[in-house]
Amino acid sequence: MRLTKISAMAFAALIAGAGVATADESAELSIEGKTIPTRAEAPAYLENIDEVISGWVYRSDETQTLQADDFDNPAFVFVDTGADLFAEADGSAGKSCKDCHENVEDFAGLTTTLPRVNEAGELETLTDLVNECRTERMGAEPWKYSGTQMTAVTALIGLQSRGMPVNVAVDGPAAPFWEKGKELYYTRVGQLDLACANCHEDNYGNMIRADRLSQGQINGFPTYRLKNAKLNSVHGRFKGCMTNVRATPYKEGSDEFEALELYVASRGNGLAIETPSVRN
Amino acid sequence: MAKGVKPRVKVPKSASAGDSITIKTLISHKMESGQRKDSDGKIIPRSIINRFTCDFNGENVIDVTIEPAVSTNPYFQFDAKVPEAGEFKFTWYDDDGSVYEDTKAITVE
Repeated sequence: MRLTKISAMAFAALIAGAGVATADESAELSIEGKTIPTRAEAPAYLENIDEVISGWVYRSDETQTLQADDFDNPAFVFVDTGADLFAEADGSAGKSCKDCHENVEDFAGLTTTLPRVNEAGELETLTDLVNECRTERMGAEPWKYSGTQMTAVTALIGLQSRGMPVNVAVDGPAAPFWEKGKELYYTRVGQLDLACANCHEDNYGNMIRADRLSQGQINGFPTYRLKNAKLNSVHGRFKGCMTNVRATPYKEGSDEFEALELYVASRGNGLAIETPSVRN
Repeated sequence: MAKGVKPRVKVPKSASAGDSITIKTLISHKMESGQRKDSDGKIIPRSIINRFTCDFNGENVIDVTIEPAVSTNPYFQFDAKVPEAGEFKFTWYDDDGSVYEDTKAITVE
């Protein structure tokens, strides 16, 4: 056997080397040989856009390629950690997630419907569900909203729904939360006086300094960002955006962000789940 | 043993005899260089993977010495010719003496 080529590199070096190539908007996303649609017809309640588009479309070729292979996708290091945490007993009950949820595959389809309104009339996200299990059934401490453990486990659970279309409920008991989220989406905030819609509805596809604006879809969350080399939660991203427009962000897990998460998720109804996605 | 260390390897399941295949490996490791200081000004002790090897049916394919400048989660990608069916064995050596191993079998069509 002869060694033909050696290329050794650390992930960080790989990332630093990635250029700012213009994204190919007609590219098709194929993960492990399975094609995942990145565009869908906009739901009827979106008055100002006709097509919902995944943020993947606007990334550079190199970033797009990273998501096509589960080995190259750096998020899978965290998904593996998530699988370990899933099987690890914790808390006074001495139970792990796996003791009740035998197969993590059974969660297929769950994230397509989240956030949702529960029987008590509260809006719940995947993070709420995980922490509810931890505090009430495992007798363990809740995890930090955007902590490594939480994002790892939510990425593992989200992965089971990959390729399935987002389908959150916007009517019935969800309607008041959805309306609240919509109001937040269109309300200008901060010193820059910008609403979510000013960038992600009016200007998607255009440049914002050296980067391209996407529609701000959350179908790929938790998402691995090259800028901080970790998984990022939806609320963490909301916070980042609010800080960027010089506003005081709401707290992660707050009612405001949960309502906004529902509304933003509903803007992607029909789009396929990409968890865990890779973005810059 | 350092925390959260997990090797990952991708090898095709089968190949034609004499074919060159691409192998990808990654091990999650914090790769603390030994150059950094903590908030008290004390040096954080070095803790890295210092050697990585790959063997095929007992024959060495690649043997890499890793230095502290290599970042978190070292990733190695290389090509190898497969003359016969067999097993790739991957070994990572940690500074603290731990050895992490993974094996992947390959068949020849």
